[in-house]
Amino acid sequence: MDTNLALILVLTPLLGFLVNVFFGKSLGKTVSGAIGTIAVAISFVVSLLLFNQITSTGKGIEVTLFDWIQISNLKINLGFLLDQLSVLWLLFVTGIGSLIHLYSISYMHDDENMHKFFSYLNLFVFFMITLVIGSNLLVLFIGWEGVGLCSYLLIGFWHKNQDYNDAAKKAFIMNRIGDLGLLIGMFIIGSMFSTLDYATLKTAIAGASNLDSSLLSLAALCLFIGACGKSAQIPLYTWLPDAMAGPTPVSALIHAATMVTAGIFMVTRLNFVFDLATDVQSVIAIIGAITSLVAATIGLVQNDIKKVLAYSTVSQLGLMFLALGFGAYEVAVFHVITHAFFKACLFLGSGSVIHGLHGEQDMRNMGGLRKVMPITFWTMLISSLAISGVPFFSGFFSKDEILLTAFHHSIPLYVVGSVASIMTAFYMFRLMFLTFFKEFRGTEEQKHHLHESGSLITIPLIILAILATFGGLISLPGHSWLNKYLAPLFTKATEGEHHLGTTEYTLMGVAVLGGLLGILIAYVKYFKQDNVPEADENITGLSKVLYNKYYVDEVYDAVFVAPVNSLSKFFRDYIETGLSALVFALGKIANEIAFQGKKLQTGSIGLYLFVFVLGLCAIVSYIFLAQ
Amino acid sequence: MGNILNQIGIENYIFLSVVLFCIGIFGVLYRRNAIIVFMSIEIMLNAVNLLFVAFSTYHQDAQGQVFVFFSMAVAAAEVAVGLAILVSIFRNIGSISIDNLKNLKG
Amino acid sequence: MNVSTILIILLIGAFVTYFSGDKLASKVALLFSLAALVCSIVLLNNYSAGENISVINSWITQPKISFALNADGLGLAMVLLTAALTPIIIFSSFGNEYKNAKAFYGLILFMAFAMTGTFLAADGLLYYIFWELALIPIYFIALIWGNGDAEERRKAVVKFFIYTLAGSLFMLTAFIYLYTKAGSFLIEDLYKLDLSACEQLWIFLAFFLAYAIKIPIIPFHTWQANVYQKAPTVGTMLLSGIMLKMGLYSVLRWQLPIAPLAAKEYMNIFIALGIAGVIYGSIVALRQKDLKKLLAYSSLAHVGLIAAGSYTLTLDGLRGAVMQMIAHGFVVVGLFFAAEVIYRRFETREIEAMGGIRTQSPKFTSMFLILVLASVALPSTFNFVGEFTVLYSLSQVNIWFAILGGTTIILGAYYMLRMFQHVMLGETNSKTFADVSLNEGISFVAIIAVLLFFGFYPKPITDLITPSLETILQVINKN
Repeated sequence: MDTNLALILVLTPLLGFLVNVFFGKSLGKTVSGAIGTIAVAISFVVSLLLFNQITSTGKGIEVTLFDWIQISNLKINLGFLLDQLSVLWLLFVTGIGSLIHLYSISYMHDDENMHKFFSYLNLFVFFMITLVIGSNLLVLFIGWEGVGLCSYLLIGFWHKNQDYNDAAKKAFIMNRIGDLGLLIGMFIIGSMFSTLDYATLKTAIAGASNLDSSLLSLAALCLFIGACGKSAQIPLYTWLPDAMAGPTPVSALIHAATMVTAGIFMVTRLNFVFDLATDVQSVIAIIGAITSLVAATIGLVQNDIKKVLAYSTVSQLGLMFLALGFGAYEVAVFHVITHAFFKACLFLGSGSVIHGLHGEQDMRNMGGLRKVMPITFWTMLISSLAISGVPFFSGFFSKDEILLTAFHHSIPLYVVGSVASIMTAFYMFRLMFLTFFKEFRGTEEQKHHLHESGSLITIPLIILAILATFGGLISLPGHSWLNKYLAPLFTKATEGEHHLGTTEYTLMGVAVLGGLLGILIAYVKYFKQDNVPEADENITGLSKVLYNKYYVDEVYDAVFVAPVNSLSKFFRDYIETGLSALVFALGKIANEIAFQGKKLQTGSIGLYLFVFVLGLCAIVSYIFLAQ
Repeated sequence: MGNILNQIGIENYIFLSVVLFCIGIFGVLYRRNAIIVFMSIEIMLNAVNLLFVAFSTYHQDAQGQVFVFFSMAVAAAEVAVGLAILVSIFRNIGSISIDNLKNLKG
Repeated sequence: MNVSTILIILLIGAFVTYFSGDKLASKVALLFSLAALVCSIVLLNNYSAGENISVINSWITQPKISFALNADGLGLAMVLLTAALTPIIIFSSFGNEYKNAKAFYGLILFMAFAMTGTFLAADGLLYYIFWELALIPIYFIALIWGNGDAEERRKAVVKFFIYTLAGSLFMLTAFIYLYTKAGSFLIEDLYKLDLSACEQLWIFLAFFLAYAIKIPIIPFHTWQANVYQKAPTVGTMLLSGIMLKMGLYSVLRWQLPIAPLAAKEYMNIFIALGIAGVIYGSIVALRQKDLKKLLAYSSLAHVGLIAAGSYTLTLDGLRGAVMQMIAHGFVVVGLFFAAEVIYRRFETREIEAMGGIRTQSPKFTSMFLILVLASVALPSTFNFVGEFTVLYSLSQVNIWFAILGGTTIILGAYYMLRMFQHVMLGETNSKTFADVSLNEGISFVAIIAVLLFFGFYPKPITDLITPSLETILQVINKN
């Protein structure tokens, strides 16, 4: 029964993928979209069933299908582990996935390759489910690379544009850098504990007497590099903003709500490894904090509506890693969930705006959309309030938990996180004011066509806005359902349940004030004073540096890409020809000897005979003299 | 037969054949006419044949004489072919001086 | 029935094809190659049932040379690879017209015969004969039916021929030396030899020269890219898909067990050489303008990793190497076929002259993309299983080997995706590109099916090769 359920869960999206690949074109757009959506919806229903089962029994379900890879000291099964963590992830992957599929039916309706879009989306859901429910690291790795592939396909969905293809390629390659780290981490763990299976690994680590802690730290560090690639942390974050080249539903599903949280999932899954590597945990916390700050500063000045949201995603992921670094896994998971709600809503809302403006993404050409797109406006407003940490919206609770945890461990990192949060509030409301208030700044023709999107687009927005509002209820301070639910996963006692004292309330107040301050600055600057960001060429000073993302892409190009390319040219033009010439030289030497020897052959028979006799005499005299 | 050998002595046979052989060699080296060279080679061959026969008697072993018959037969065949080649060369080039035969030049 | 049946089928096939005339030749060749495939499957079945399918007859008494064919799991796996790829290769050529087709297809079958013999031979001299015999057909195939300027082609092919032949002569010398010691060329007698470390080193190096040129391992690879480029695609497929596996197979079968002390002593150097090939090949592949040349360098990178895995002398390393050999054989044949499919339509191999194919031919794009992804070892393809096992074995020797060898997953993705982008994506090309025909599609689907099936379920292959690899390891570790 459990096996069948798990197989239905995994294989329905795969089936949807296959149907859309082979028959999608002939089925027509609406049908192929419906098939894609239903496939994911079925998985969602199965996830609900599984969730129900797990909350009632409290035990995880293990499903082993067959032996996959045999290596001398470790045997790797193709198997699934459905426990609290994976089912939680499944719920929002398939849930939000279904909504975004529904949204895409309308959003992508004008695209000639809509069936392909749905097949890729279904394939993505298939791999994401595999990633989440794999029972060992290598099955996770199938999903891990699989979602990377889908991300590649979907970023480059409009494949006639080579810039988009570049972005897709960049995403895939940067992810692969992280994947190498993940592989190396797996190798170390495999050789240390002779298993890659989560459950066995957990008992092995618990039972191990004298662990080589430095080796384990190295493994944890390598795994974290993998997480950095997938979850867009410094130094491997630059692919995520570029990934906005893909259609907006993709940005919402893959590059905000689900795939980018895979790194957090993996770290949470292996919490027992990271708990033992305290120095790596500090690294994670520091990287997370820096990432959240750096991305937030860049987000302050971006003018592309999707770029703002992309940097906001990087920044929020940084906050999650900050929590992971302190061992507060359940806090990170909480923020993953709330973030999935409000960020998906924001992306879908921006998609609605872009759809309404026929592809316009620059906020300098928007404005005044509040009246024509009321549903989009209100849902995005709710999500912006949630992300800014305004009380009683979901983001307030989760972000507050992270900052509280940070405060208890490290004041400097708390400050960094808080500053990033204030900036978040500022740039989100900058986005809101520029997009929805004042007068419309686009062309007359665009103005003429302005309209609210259809119901297939607005319904998912409304549902996500509701979730973004009330999502915080799952982990209220002091009465956290989530912490209890996740407790069986963690070896250490959870410390998420902070005693609510004066300090806590003060910090909460500070956070709320900070958020409101950010909103206020945005209000003054973009509503009161009616500022519109400068045209690209007029941007100067610090904002220019920020607008150009600290020139990180340029630096990477100069430090990594360009040298490899010129090395390749050098190898091709000099080393290859040199080696080739060396081999030919051997032949030439033989040739030269022959050429010289040829001159001896004069053709004069008299000479030949003379040499012949001379040789005979030499041999004869040698024989006699030798004796 | 043994008597004859006893009377003359094996060393005289060896001496004679060495002299014949050297005459052959000098003939080969000094003469330019291909037919003379050919004849000189025949002299060398016969010098060796003589030695064969002499030692065959000396060792009381008939094998040497059998060899001589073989080599004479082969030599006859070889002469036939060789002369034919020379005739053919003469027809083509109009000369059989070995100085003019340089087609072997590399 | 024993393993000589398959050799007989292929040899007779070669002659029948030659005498069947130009029109029928391709179909006759396909028929015989399929018969060989069926035969090898039957043999595999008999072998798994425990039947003895080996052959040993004395052939020449002085010196003592036997006609000995030994089929163990490893040999059978390689025979299956050959038997499965040959029909695919022949079938893939159906879209092309060759002049003097009877000789062309006859030579292909003859080459399959020689390569199969190499994988089966259990007598040093017999093995050497098959090894050299395989060189002759490919020489003519590349020389007569190749493309590009005739003079340059002759230069490249002759260089390849002499280079590999020269390398093999060292191996022959080693075999003769071994014969003077053992009094026999039979492989089990050679395994039993007790050679001093110094002798082993020289024998190891002599073998290495032959194999390093064939595989090729840097810096002995200079023949490769040019020949791959100049040979007809069928020849390139035979070379890259099967023939270079002869070198890798021989490392496992002959070099390591005969000279184990030397192998152990200098293991790190040879692993490093393999990994240097991985990095060097990947970097050179980045900036290639010719599609076939790019694939040639990617092949160089992959075989470098396989060689490195073989020299780890661990079960994982050997097993991963064999699996990767099979996976690489299929994927590289597929990729070269894709290059050929493009050439049939665009008549160019210049990457910059392509582009925009995806809009015109979705089926071809999907198949090509799957092959590209298999080549960069995406999990769920067979290549991942092989590459993961090899990298794991390298990490057990030294973690740095795994890290440096692992750069292949980054660099490989870089050059393959860059190639894919310039060849397939972008604005629609002005030239029209018809989607794959049924014939072309069948070849692609066969390859992809194999790669995906074993990607998820590699157990049959692991079970087949493991016992014979364990035997080889026992020989290596006998002291």
